[in-house]
Amino acid sequence: MNTVVEIHDLRVEYRSRELGQRSKLAVDGLNLQVQSGEVFGFLGPNGAGKTTTMNVLLGFVSASAGSASIFGVDVREPIARQRIGYLPELTYYYKFLNAEELLRFYARIFRIPRAERDRRIDAVLKLVDLDAVRKRLIKTYSKGMQQRVGLAQALINNPDLLILDEPTSGLDPLGRMKVRGIIQRLKEEGKTVFFSSHELGEVETVCDRVAILHEGKLRVEGRVSDLLQQYQCNLEHVFLNIVGYKP
Amino acid sequence: MSSSISWVTSRNPDAGNVFAIAGVVIKEMYRRKDFYVLLTLIVVITLMLASVGIFNDDRIVRYIKDGCLLLIWLSSLVIAITTAARQIPAERESRTIFPLLAKPVGRGEFVVGKFLGCWLACGMALVAFYFFFGMVAASREHTLPFLAYFQAIWLHWMCLGIVVALVLLGSVVFTAPSSNATICFIVVLGIMFAGGHLNEIALEMRGFRGAVVYAIYYAIPHLEWYENVRELIIHNWGLIDWLYWGGATIYAALYMGLLLGCAWLVFQRRKLTL
Repeated sequence: MNTVVEIHDLRVEYRSRELGQRSKLAVDGLNLQVQSGEVFGFLGPNGAGKTTTMNVLLGFVSASAGSASIFGVDVREPIARQRIGYLPELTYYYKFLNAEELLRFYARIFRIPRAERDRRIDAVLKLVDLDAVRKRLIKTYSKGMQQRVGLAQALINNPDLLILDEPTSGLDPLGRMKVRGIIQRLKEEGKTVFFSSHELGEVETVCDRVAILHEGKLRVEGRVSDLLQQYQCNLEHVFLNIVGYKP
Repeated sequence: MSSSISWVTSRNPDAGNVFAIAGVVIKEMYRRKDFYVLLTLIVVITLMLASVGIFNDDRIVRYIKDGCLLLIWLSSLVIAITTAARQIPAERESRTIFPLLAKPVGRGEFVVGKFLGCWLACGMALVAFYFFFGMVAASREHTLPFLAYFQAIWLHWMCLGIVVALVLLGSVVFTAPSSNATICFIVVLGIMFAGGHLNEIALEMRGFRGAVVYAIYYAIPHLEWYENVRELIIHNWGLIDWLYWGGATIYAALYMGLLLGCAWLVFQRRKLTL
């Protein structure tokens, strides 16, 4: 198996702009590896450092120390993002564009040849059930439809690695099922999926391995089946146990 | 590991991303109402001015041309400043910047793409504005000095290039687009009205204060030079020497490059957090 994501001694510190305020340590000495073809769940309570880690992987934030690479390329290089698809938690897209125009724009950025571009746009719009409304402006879409446009743009380059930040957040049960189905399908195609979620039942269903972060530090990393066996309970209880929740 | 993407093997900063980003900015401009409202205002006010006939005086043509060009200059500044001021803050506020920069797009390409989009959009607006101006002037003067108009549009566009670059730099420094737009309006109008007189003011001052005013005089982009071209076509004073025209183009290009370079440096250091 090849390593797709490699994080080594990652440390991210946010400096406070207010006088007298100390800087905040968002991620502290994180080491992580995600292998090719894995569905990897990245878990933790709010403020644990999940989104910050994803921000480093996507080049939005620079690491204070340590390193991160995708497919062996330093994440600070734009080329590192050529083979990834990213779906943010809250998806907003250019409201003055329609779905087809938006996908065409992103496809141009990936330098997908014109013929291939049209084929990919058709395929992803069909996959996310937006083919019928592809010419409608995005501003007229419902929240679920916007989330699906988000998924479509994340898949436009047929990525080898998908980074999904709470992909089912705010979706109705039907929408969640569809997204879960798409993740499952991508897994069957051999894609690597790295995703954060608070839906632990969902994580238990689709993930091969998980990592649980708490207060910027990695607390647990392992195969889902191994964790369930070790703790003799479901993933939700494993999670609560690790973050030290006491009812 | 074999990639499912076979069409890209390596990647260097290139114009493709810049043009793709610029294309979205242009689409935004023609799908918004601002340009159409301003064009309609120019047409209505100019036609109202033209409808006032005073003793068949030939100076009335200059008065119409002056009014129309003033409106064109103001409208183009409004379009340039408001379009450029909202680009980067709106991308951050609506979070569209995250899926975009999660793709193989460098921050430099992003800034230059935004600049190019705004600048080309301003150019398209200028062509429409000057086309109307040309029709009005030709209908009264029965002549169309094409080359003079070309020089005027070109230098006007160069001036807007500096303005757009300045506003983009402002938009990575100031968080709110409204405050950036207001500050840039004041700075641009200040340069246009007072920029050319700063050396005279500096002469009257002595010591350190005079030196500071001199430094400002040499540091600011002299937008008033470009605005003065307006007078040439109002009074039909003929063509500008092509050497000066070329010099003004290079001067504008240097300022655009400098301001965009600063915008890129500031934006490159910005942490983008969700």
